[in-house]
Amino acid sequence: MRSCDVLVIGGGPGGLAAACSAKKAGASSVIVLERDNRAGGILNQCIHDGFGLIRYNCELTGPEYAARAIREATDAGAEILLSRHVSEISKTDSGYCVSVYTKDGIEEYRTRTIVLATGCRERTRGNISIPGSRPAGVFTAGVAQNLVNVRNVMIGKRVVILGSGDIGLIMARRLTLEGAKVLAIAEIMSAPTGLARNVSQCVQEFGIPLYVKTTVSKIIGKRKLEAVELSDLDQNGKVIPGTARRIDCDALVLSVGLIPENEVAQTAGVKLFANNAVDTDRYLQTSVPGVFSCGNSRHVMDLADYVSEQGEMAGRNAVHLIRGEEMETWDEEKSNCMKKGFPEEGTVTCTVCPNGCQVKWDEKTGTFSGNRCKRGARFAEQEHNSPTRSVTTTVKTASGSLIPVRTAGRISKAHVFDVVEQLRKTKLDSGVIIGDEVLRTEIDGEDIRVVATQTSL
Amino acid sequence: MGKVYDVIIIGAGAVGCAIARELSRYNISTLVLEKECDVAYGTSGRMSGVVHAGFNNKTGSLMAKLCVEGNRLFEGVCSELGIPYKKTGKVLVAFDEADMKVLEGIIERGKANGCEGLRLIGQDEIRAIAPGICGIGGMLSPNTAIFDPFEFCIAHAENAMDNGVDFSLESEVTAISRRNDTFYVTTPKGVFSSRFIVNSAGLYCDRISAMLGVDNYRIYPCRGQYYILDKVASDLLDIPAYPVPRPGIGGLGIHLTPTVDGNIIIGPSAEYLEDPDDYSTTPDVMDKLFSEAKALLPAIERKHIIGNYCGIRPKQAPPGEGGFRDFVIKEEEACPGLINLIGIESPGFTAAVPISFMVSDMLRKHIDLSPKTDFKAERKAPVRFRELSREEQEKLIKTDPEYGEIICRCQNVTRREIRDAIENRFGARSISAIKYRAWATTGRCNGGYCLAKIVDMLIHDYHMKPEEITYRGKGSELFSGEVK
Ligand SMILES: Cc1cc2nc3c(=O)[nH]c(=O)nc-3n(C[C@H](O)[C@H](O)[C@H](O)COP(=O)(O)OP(=O)(O)OC[C@H]3O[C@@H](n4cnc5c(N)ncnc54)[C@H](O)[C@@H]3O)c2cc1C
Ligand SMILES: Cc1cc2nc3c(=O)[nH]c(=O)nc-3n(C[C@H](O)[C@H](O)[C@H](O)COP(=O)(O)OP(=O)(O)OC[C@H]3O[C@@H](n4cnc5c(N)ncnc54)[C@H](O)[C@@H]3O)c2cc1C
Ligand code: SF4
Repeated sequence: MRSCDVLVIGGGPGGLAAACSAKKAGASSVIVLERDNRAGGILNQCIHDGFGLIRYNCELTGPEYAARAIREATDAGAEILLSRHVSEISKTDSGYCVSVYTKDGIEEYRTRTIVLATGCRERTRGNISIPGSRPAGVFTAGVAQNLVNVRNVMIGKRVVILGSGDIGLIMARRLTLEGAKVLAIAEIMSAPTGLARNVSQCVQEFGIPLYVKTTVSKIIGKRKLEAVELSDLDQNGKVIPGTARRIDCDALVLSVGLIPENEVAQTAGVKLFANNAVDTDRYLQTSVPGVFSCGNSRHVMDLADYVSEQGEMAGRNAVHLIRGEEMETWDEEKSNCMKKGFPEEGTVTCTVCPNGCQVKWDEKTGTFSGNRCKRGARFAEQEHNSPTRSVTTTVKTASGSLIPVRTAGRISKAHVFDVVEQLRKTKLDSGVIIGDEVLRTEIDGEDIRVVATQTSL
Repeated sequence: MGKVYDVIIIGAGAVGCAIARELSRYNISTLVLEKECDVAYGTSGRMSGVVHAGFNNKTGSLMAKLCVEGNRLFEGVCSELGIPYKKTGKVLVAFDEADMKVLEGIIERGKANGCEGLRLIGQDEIRAIAPGICGIGGMLSPNTAIFDPFEFCIAHAENAMDNGVDFSLESEVTAISRRNDTFYVTTPKGVFSSRFIVNSAGLYCDRISAMLGVDNYRIYPCRGQYYILDKVASDLLDIPAYPVPRPGIGGLGIHLTPTVDGNIIIGPSAEYLEDPDDYSTTPDVMDKLFSEAKALLPAIERKHIIGNYCGIRPKQAPPGEGGFRDFVIKEEEACPGLINLIGIESPGFTAAVPISFMVSDMLRKHIDLSPKTDFKAERKAPVRFRELSREEQEKLIKTDPEYGEIICRCQNVTRREIRDAIENRFGARSISAIKYRAWATTGRCNGGYCLAKIVDMLIHDYHMKPEEITYRGKGSELFSGEVK
């Protein structure tokens, strides 16, 4: 049996940041238990960029962000243990005992404090009870993301997406780049629920129709999905009879919300709200003394950057508690400055940071408005003159697995599909280290370099 | 032309599987033909999972007799074959004095049918037995039980296989002819021949019978929709709770039933349909299910819902007539050698074992059913890691490290259990075959965590291509291929 001061459950960005900061704050031993065989949590399947804009002031992909977080935690001296599935927390005289399933047997860890960082799960078709049949071809967006980005499995060719949360929007672009036709995104609310930057970059840019106040009113197909029926909704969210139209498709992707995952927390008796979020105090401490919670398992958050920040505070507070020091308080308002929904007509959505300012350019006077900082003006100007994009996708290795990759820097928007096509034909015959070049090519005189965003040996 | 079997059983539902096992006791040759890629894909995998006591059926009917007998035999069969079973009892809940009066009549009928222990209970006792349930009183049936319907079919079929019965899946019977006392049965896997046919094709029994010219039956499909609730709600109820039955279509009313695995199911509705294959759920009915269930158990909430499904009753009573028509179980005079099982609706599952005895008795009149000396009556249940003690779990992990790897986080299913399910005796490689054997993907995340991992195993350990992976057999392909 091992013991430590701070035991972190879950090795996603929240848990890694908690472990790192706890160690830095002076905890003598910090252990992270992660059930997967790789740390980084959900970020490993989020191969797109847009992470780290706040925390690292640069645009990283999910796997790159995860790699940084892992390195920071290990450098600080936290121990990350993989393939460890925590099943139960029980109280002891001096703290807690945590039971863990591993391939070698059931392990136990004693600890004085715990930081819960177990992430979230997705709401499913069952949760929202869509009428109709139950054929093959209905996936939640996160599962679709995992299958397409990690397992090399394509979920369909003609896709309808229900829900306009960020994961759904990101998947609309991802599936389009991989050759699928995204026929429609249906959103129940009167505006998209995802970030404006994602509506702009992932949906409008590809001409994908996004219908608001619309739902999937029926799933059709006995064994395999054949079609869905879309219907308009009235003010009360009820289907308006007679508005149904059929869309033939072979995959329906649901992006209908996330639910904090707190099974393990419940074994410790942690108090939850009705939506499964954790009822913590201002110090991120749960109803069970010495047990902290952060990240998506505490309360679903939009950005990994904020998750990391919150994880750091939870980790530090665990140490403060042990030492009897005053704890830091979390500002709940912090993460609410981002523009969501449809971009405003006639503006450019600045994607330099997650705020997503709606920048308007007055051609006559040459002035910009709506941007909260100067970078927005530069972005809008560039967007007007010669728009650029970073491209993220995957490359196949000889063993059949996929490696996430990105262009090193932004490339001309016009060349996006060309690069993706070239990368589709690229095969790597050996392992790669994060940052290794996987392709160098020239398209219409533009020198384009593509690098791996994850180490895979 | 290959071997002539003594008996061909058409349909691998509860009834077909139970008959297969019963016939496997004797020195005869038996083949089961099933159109789907696995057992229990018809009504038997889409019902309430209740071993009925027999008080609902008309005194003197086959339904009543076989149900009471089946209830008596059920527990023994489950322990012999390793099928999860729990004698929970059941309450019928009365909301007013008129209901209580109806219950008195039900008790009388139950007694006449041979059900034991039925009695009226007052509000206090209802509260004690089922604390969250409303109602002014009710009736308790102590012998009603719950069980795992998938495992029932799988166990019977596996045990029948162990004792020499052949199974051919994905073998839809499309035509049957009869020449010189031999039946010739056409399927996509070829023509099979036999001396006797047992028609246990459920919703399609009328069509199978008509293939042999016996076309006086007609099945009216009648759908029942269900909700499945999260295990977090399982503390709310641990005994099936039914309303007092009302005259009408011939269902038992929308009830709440705990499953042996710890979920609660709500349903079923009753709607006549044209298509015996239309398993769609509809919004109006789903709303009604929820509100009626909430009237019985106010503590349930919408957020507890994790899924829904439908079952379809093979009713002989046409729309408008309502109620139950008795089972038809007989050898057809017009077609000697054809044993028809028609209209095996509720309580058909409870009655499956006694039905199998009736069938063997009918066959005994024609062929010598000498018992096998080496019949193996028992079947080992699959490992259910989550139900074991810590010490037992630890021991298992030492025997195989794959027991230490949780693949389905909601139901705590290990990699080794998934592997056992993939390597099932029927060669059924669909996701649902894995689902119903290992219970993976059935939890609150609906496979959000484990589906990708299972797909990964199928691709890497079992060398399947993505486009070959199906949800429930041919025609239900999950994926369009590799991404690249
Ligand atoms: C499908 C999906 C896509 C997303 N896309 C984006 C995006 O594009 N941009 C963005 O900013 N945010 C995105 N998010 C939000 C994202 O979840 C957060 O940004 C961040 O990754 C959350 O960090 P976390 O540490 O709270 O949880 P996670 O990253 O989910 O990490 C939780 C970790 O805990 C582990 N764990 C859970 N239970 C146990 C247990 N019992 N024992 C051991 N380990 C356990 C898990 O395996 C996992 O590694 C996405 C979320 C999801 C679900
Ligand atoms: C909503 C509902 C709730 C119920 N609840 C209960 C309950 O709680 N307790 C109880 O005792 N009973 C209950 N019943 C009744 C019970 O489920 C059925 O009586 C029982 O499952 C019937 O079993 P079976 O084997 O006859 O039919 P099925 O399970 O339908 O099996 C028939 C099989 O034949 C196959 N088949 C059909 N045509 C062909 C063909 N041409 N070629 C090859 N194969 C073919 C089908 O694929 C199917 O697998 C319920 C029924 C319903 C609908
Ligand atoms: S203009 Fe707005 S969105 Fe763009 S970088 Fe500045 S603050 Fe961020």
